[in-house]
This record gives sequence, C-alpha cells and structure tokens, in this order.
Amino acid sequence: MDALRDTADLGELVQYIVIKLGDERYGIPIKYIDNIVKMQQVTRIPKAEEYLKGVLNIRGEIVPVMSLRLRMEMETDEITDQTCIIILRPDNVELFGIIIDAVDRVLTLGAKQIEKVSPSQNSTRKDAGFVSGVGKYEDGLVSILDLDALSLEKAENERKDKKE
Amino acid sequence: MDTGQYLGVFLDEAKEHLQTLNDSIMQLEQEPDNEDCINEIFRAAHSMKGMAGTMGYKRMQDLTHHIEDVFSDVRNGELKIDSGMVDTLFQCLDAVQAYVDNITETQDEGTEENANLIKALADIRANKGGGGGAAPAEEAAPAQEAAPAPEMVDPSDDSPMWSRMRLEPNVKSHLDESVKEGKHVFGMTVQIYDSCVLKAARAFLVFKGLEEIGEIAMSDPSTQDIEDERFENSFSLLLITEEEDIEKAIAIAKDVSEIEKVEGGTFDVEHAKTTDDEEAEEAAPAAQQAAPQAAPAQEAPKAAPAAQPPAAAPKQPPAESGAGGAKKPVGKPVVNRTVRVDIEKLDVIMNQVSELIIAKNSLISAAQAAETTNNVVTERIEYLENVTTELHQSVMNVRMVPLENTLQKFPRMIRDLQKSLGKKFELTMTGEDTEMDRTVVDEIGDPLMHLLRNSADHGIEMPDVRTERGKTETGEIFLHAFQDGNSVVIEIGDDGNGIDAEAVKNKAIEKGVVTAEQAQVLTEQQCVELLFAPGFSTAQVLTEISGRGVGLDVVKSKVESLNGEVTVKTKLGEGSTWTIRLPLTLAIIQSLMVVVGGEKYAIPLDAIQTIEDVDPKDIELVSNKEVITLRGNVCPLVRMNEVLDNETTRDPNENMVVVVVRKGEQQAGLIIDELIGQLEIVIKPLGKYTSKARFLSGATILGDGEIALILDPNALI
Repeated sequence: MDALRDTADLGELVQYIVIKLGDERYGIPIKYIDNIVKMQQVTRIPKAEEYLKGVLNIRGEIVPVMSLRLRMEMETDEITDQTCIIILRPDNVELFGIIIDAVDRVLTLGAKQIEKVSPSQNSTRKDAGFVSGVGKYEDGLVSILDLDALSLEKAENERKDKKE
Repeated sequence: MDTGQYLGVFLDEAKEHLQTLNDSIMQLEQEPDNEDCINEIFRAAHSMKGMAGTMGYKRMQDLTHHIEDVFSDVRNGELKIDSGMVDTLFQCLDAVQAYVDNITETQDEGTEENANLIKALADIRANKGGGGGAAPAEEAAPAQEAAPAPEMVDPSDDSPMWSRMRLEPNVKSHLDESVKEGKHVFGMTVQIYDSCVLKAARAFLVFKGLEEIGEIAMSDPSTQDIEDERFENSFSLLLITEEEDIEKAIAIAKDVSEIEKVEGGTFDVEHAKTTDDEEAEEAAPAAQQAAPQAAPAQEAPKAAPAAQPPAAAPKQPPAESGAGGAKKPVGKPVVNRTVRVDIEKLDVIMNQVSELIIAKNSLISAAQAAETTNNVVTERIEYLENVTTELHQSVMNVRMVPLENTLQKFPRMIRDLQKSLGKKFELTMTGEDTEMDRTVVDEIGDPLMHLLRNSADHGIEMPDVRTERGKTETGEIFLHAFQDGNSVVIEIGDDGNGIDAEAVKNKAIEKGVVTAEQAQVLTEQQCVELLFAPGFSTAQVLTEISGRGVGLDVVKSKVESLNGEVTVKTKLGEGSTWTIRLPLTLAIIQSLMVVVGGEKYAIPLDAIQTIEDVDPKDIELVSNKEVITLRGNVCPLVRMNEVLDNETTRDPNENMVVVVVRKGEQQAGLIIDELIGQLEIVIKPLGKYTSKARFLSGATILGDGEIALILDPNALI
C-alpha cells in the first residue's frame, strides 16, 4: 500500500503481473495480458524453432505458444502444476502465448521505481535482450519484459540475420 | 452486338488501372528507384493498352502504348525518372481519363489525338532522361465538345431518334389504319438519367402512363429488351392516340422520376421506312439507325483482309458486329428478382457459418465422449449436421457467380486479334455457366485474357505454315471451364505451335533467369515452366498483343494468390494447354483426418485420389527413392513421419496405409499411421511467423477444441 500513498512521487502507475522463471522474477504490464491458462497440451508444429512449442486454440483463434525459457536460452521447462501459459496481446503484433514456471503476484509500480536498462548493459545475462527495465519493490527486484523483443516477428528477423 | 456489357467492364477496369497509375506514379516521384512501383505502372499501362485495343479505342490505345514504352525504358534502366517527366505523365493520365470520361458519356473516345503528349513522351525516350518538357495543360485534355452528343450517334443525321425508327410491315399497316380512323401517331424518344439504377422500371412506368391515353404501336428497342434492361439510356416509341397534342404524352413521360428528357412529334406514317426497305439498302450508313448503340464500328466483315485501314471501318454495316467469329448465341436472360448485398456482409455470414460448423463438430465429439446410446440424441445431431452442411452450401451459393461475366469479353478480343495478327483462328468456349466464388471470378479475368492472347500470338501459326504442317488453315483456341470435385478447372489452349523447350531454356539463360549449369539438369517440363519466371518473353518481335512478357508471371502470381495453381502441357508442333485449378471455396473444405505418430492431421479431400493398403514388400527403390507401382503407374512414396519429425506407431512389417494424392498429372503416396475419417473443416491461418514448413497450409479446430494441422499435398509432391 506504500506505493499507492506516494503516487505523486512515483510517476505514472502501471500494474504488472509478476511471473517466476527459475529464481528470476519478471514483470509483464497487465494491459498486454489477454488471458492466463493452465499448462495444457499444445499442437506441435513440425520443423519449427525449438522454443516454439506449438499452437493453442484460444476462443477459436490459433495462437502460437513459445517457451519463455528456451526463447531466452535458459534450460528446458520442467512442467509442474504451477506451470501456466500467459496469452499476450501486445500492440500491433499477433496474439502469442508464453510458458512460464508460475505466476507470483500482481504488482503496481510507478514509472520512477523502474530503472531503464539498455541491452548493452549487463549483457552477460542471457535475458538481456528481453528486459526493458528493472523495478524495485519490497521483496527485491523484478525485470520488466520487453514484449516486442519476445514476439515471433522479432524472432523471425533474428533468425534471418543469423543466416546472413 | 451487346458492347454495352463489355463497356461496363471496360470502364470499371480502366478506372481501376488509372487509379493504380496515379497512385504509383505519385509514389515513384518520391522513390524513383522503386522497382515494384515501376513494374506496377508498367503492368497497369500494359493492361490499359490491351483493353483499349480490344474495345477498339485506337487513340486511347496509342497514348497508353506510349506511356508503356516510357516505362519499358525505365524498367530496363535506360531512363531515369525526374519531376519534369512525372508532370508529363500526369498530363497523359489526365488525357486518358478524358478519354474514359468521353466513353462513359457517349461510348466514343472523342477525336482528340493528343499528338503533343505523344510527342512529349517520345521526346522523353529520345532524350533518355532529358526532362522531356511538359506539354501545355490545355492540350492534355481531349476536347469534350469534340465528342458527339449521345443522341447523335450518327453525326450525318441529326433528326430525333424517334423519327428514324423503322417499322415492321404489320405495324405500318396498323398505323395506316389508325390514321384512317382519325387517330394521331406520335413518335417519342425518352432519355433516362445515366445514374438511374432501375432503367427498366422507369421505362415501364412511362409505357404504363402512355397506355392510359393511347396504344403503343412499337418501341425501339423492343419492349422485351426494355423489360430485360437491354438498352442504353434512351428508347423510342410510337404512340397511337386520340389526343390532338403530343404535349400531354410528353408530360406523362416526364412525370416519371429519373427521366432526363423527352422529345416527341407527329410521326410521318406515310414516309416512314419499314424494315423491308432496310434490307434493300444494305450497307448504307443509315443502318446505324437500327443499332444506335453499336460501338464505334471497328469490325470489318469476317472476310475482309486484316490490313483493312481503320478509317474504312465505320462504313461497314454495324450489323456485322454481332457475328463475332466465336460469339455464341446468348439466350435471353431470365428476369431475376435480386437484392444487391455488400460482399462484406456475406463474409460475415460465412464466418458465422464457420463458427457454427465448429460448434456442431464439438457437439458431435461431446456426444461421442459421453458414449450416449440415446438414439434421439444421435438422430438430432445427424439432423443438425444436415442443416449446417446445407446452410454452408447456401451461403456459398449466394457468393457464387457464373464465370460468364468474365468470359463474355473474350470473343470480341479474339476476333480483333485475328485481324491485327493476320492469322486465322476460332475460339470455342464451354462451361461459361460454371460458378465460382465472386471474389475469384473478379480476379481471374486478367490471367485468362493473358493466356488467350498468348495462344493467339505465340501459339497459332500463320495460315501458310499451318497448311504446310497439314493442319486446317483456321487454328483452334479453346477455353473449357468445369467443376472437378472441390475445385474449378479452366483449360485454355490451342492447336498451334506448342512451346519449344530448348528455345525457352536458351532464352532463360540469356535473360539470366537461370545459369547455364542450372539449365543443364532441367527436364523439358521444367524448362517450359521457366516461362512463368518474371521478365520473360520468347517472342522475337514485340507485338501489340502479348507485349513484353509481363503476362505469365502475372498469371502465376494471380492464380497463386487465389490459392490456385497453373500448369502447362505442351507438345512441339501440336499445341499447348494451360490449366488453371482454383478452389471452389476458400474457407471450409472436406478433409480426410489421419494420424501420424499420434498426432492428427487433415488432408484436403479433393487432392486425394485413392487410399491404398500396401505390403512393405511391394516397395521398390528407384534412384534411391521409395516407390510403389499402382495400376501401372509408378508412384513415389513419402514417409509422413519423416516429414513431420515424429515416430510412426506402426510395425515396419505390417501393411502400410498409403494416401495417394495428386497435383495435376503427378502423384505421390503419403504413408500415414491411421485413418480417422472424413470431416468438414474450417481453415484457419497458422500465423505469419509460425509456419516455416511449406507442407502446412493452415490449421483447423476439431470438435474437442484440439487443433489439427492441415497438410498441403501440393508441397509434398
């Protein structure tokens, strides 16, 4: 509740869903989240990239689902009863889903509580390219995910660049 | 001949191409090196030129031809776009627009030659980028007033149209009698506004009103034609009445809304010409009166040599124009009761039907999962299934239109081509009533036209060559359309020269389409298919007809954009056949559900030829590929579990299930694990970035909400 009291000092307030991936915590702006579903069987797409786990039927729409761990070049998912698929609807990009270890909490952060990071900073980390900022809250730090960087469109471009 | 119908299409397309040209040239001014843009302009100008030529609008054709020439140089890199040039081009577009406007109003392109613009274009080409200089603006627009007014199609005779009507002999005697009885005979010409949608209805109201004060002895066009709306914007009639004054009749006619103007006067029965007289004065220019709506007569009689100068053409009796070499007698159209509906509304209904079918499928699987033994439930579900299938059919039918509308303009084109090429050929068309989805019919016109022109220009030989080869002097060009399962097939071909694979190969190497090494390993068929590569033309001399080879790659990309395919079969010296295969419907198909490695896949039913039970011992190896022999045909095998990267659940010694699919003449046997059965599925796109595998054409949602991927057999062959 501290956050709410000091609105004037914190800048624009944004709500985030905090998810867990191993020991790390990542925040996703709530307005980009379409749906959270429990882990389920997805339809595999042959010859697709490894991180693209398959497609899922979300209200009649065919939605690609990727493993966030594999996308960020971490070790393979271990499916538990906490594992979820978060369906994201970023601006101007197709709907897509990410598989995560667990949902942690909802968090409200002011713009001033988030420190912007550029990809060149802390580039030793594997998730560097996918994080747009780091937020501080009472329990520690949360990395804010850059959804554009995660999108399949971006992934496709990366793949092409590698080829060239 | 009913040029009015072609005219509508021509005007629609001309406007569309003009828009494209305007937009593209605008864009080009900003990005002078945009190749796509240059190609787009080139194609639009090329199509315009062709269309104008087909319709007999020589001046418009000439101007667009010059525009095309300029872009041909630009495309070959010989010319650079600059703003002076763009100015000139825009003036040319305005001039073309003025032609189109004139044609819209009077069906005549006018007499403005636009010599200055043509010169400016020629200068641009001569200077190769020297700016060309802008032609004065007033020269850009053809003088509107030069075009004859609509009611004065024949400028030599400016008497009102009603006074030029020709009487049937029996009408004449009837009129004579009426005059004797002291009645009056008035002639009237009624002009309806261009914008009027229900011309026939307005005409009917005029007739009905006039019949209250007298009797309508005859009309031109006939009442039947007027009812069927087979007339332009005006009609004439003869009224027998006891009224003294024509004014009353004119007032009645003017009372009807959307009537632009009514003229009338006393009809001179005594001196009126009858149709008998007309036959006597064959070939007289006065024959124009009988068909005031005839297009600017370009047609020479069939027997006339091709070299007939166009100036002589208007003297030819327009009556000949109906006798186009291949024009089939068109039956009188049945009067339809129709409602115009926006195609988008139909799309919405189609989507809802798709949802309904998914819902129905889920109900079926729910019932199966519950293992219902209740007969009533199964019965009701079967009933529901029938209803949804029929509903789907009906919605599809609503969207279907016969190909006829698109094909109608071809006989005239073929006829004119004969003349300009100095060859002899005939067009036979079958299956004009084949119906297809509206969007497909709209799009398929251009590709078909290109193929027909190709046949006429490159296929059919000159008459002396044909005689030498022991063929009939007159070549055959054909267009057959028919439905084949869930697709529509359109075959276009000729009995001409066929395609010389060697010539194509050499040309392709010369043009840099393939390297000499690549060409070495190509089969004859593959060589022929090089024709579809962009920027390809084998004609030694560029002609007005098939131009510079923009045709075939456009044909291919257009057909593929409609989910169709185009193939060619040819035999040197005997002719070629182009086959276009298009899906009947784009969204919902019948499919065969199969299982491979525990995963479900759908195969479109119309691609499937047979399903075979094959003993593994029957597999043979041909150049290291597995094949089986089926009824004398060697059929290559595709192990689907290898394509799909999963493990087959079958014992290798067990008999295999092989689904034989075909693409044109080729076939392949897909080895699968299990058959599930037939299912009506709704095709959903897989997403731009999801499917990199070419053998997947989409996905579908099954009754239980699970997704199955749809295999594209074409990509597997």
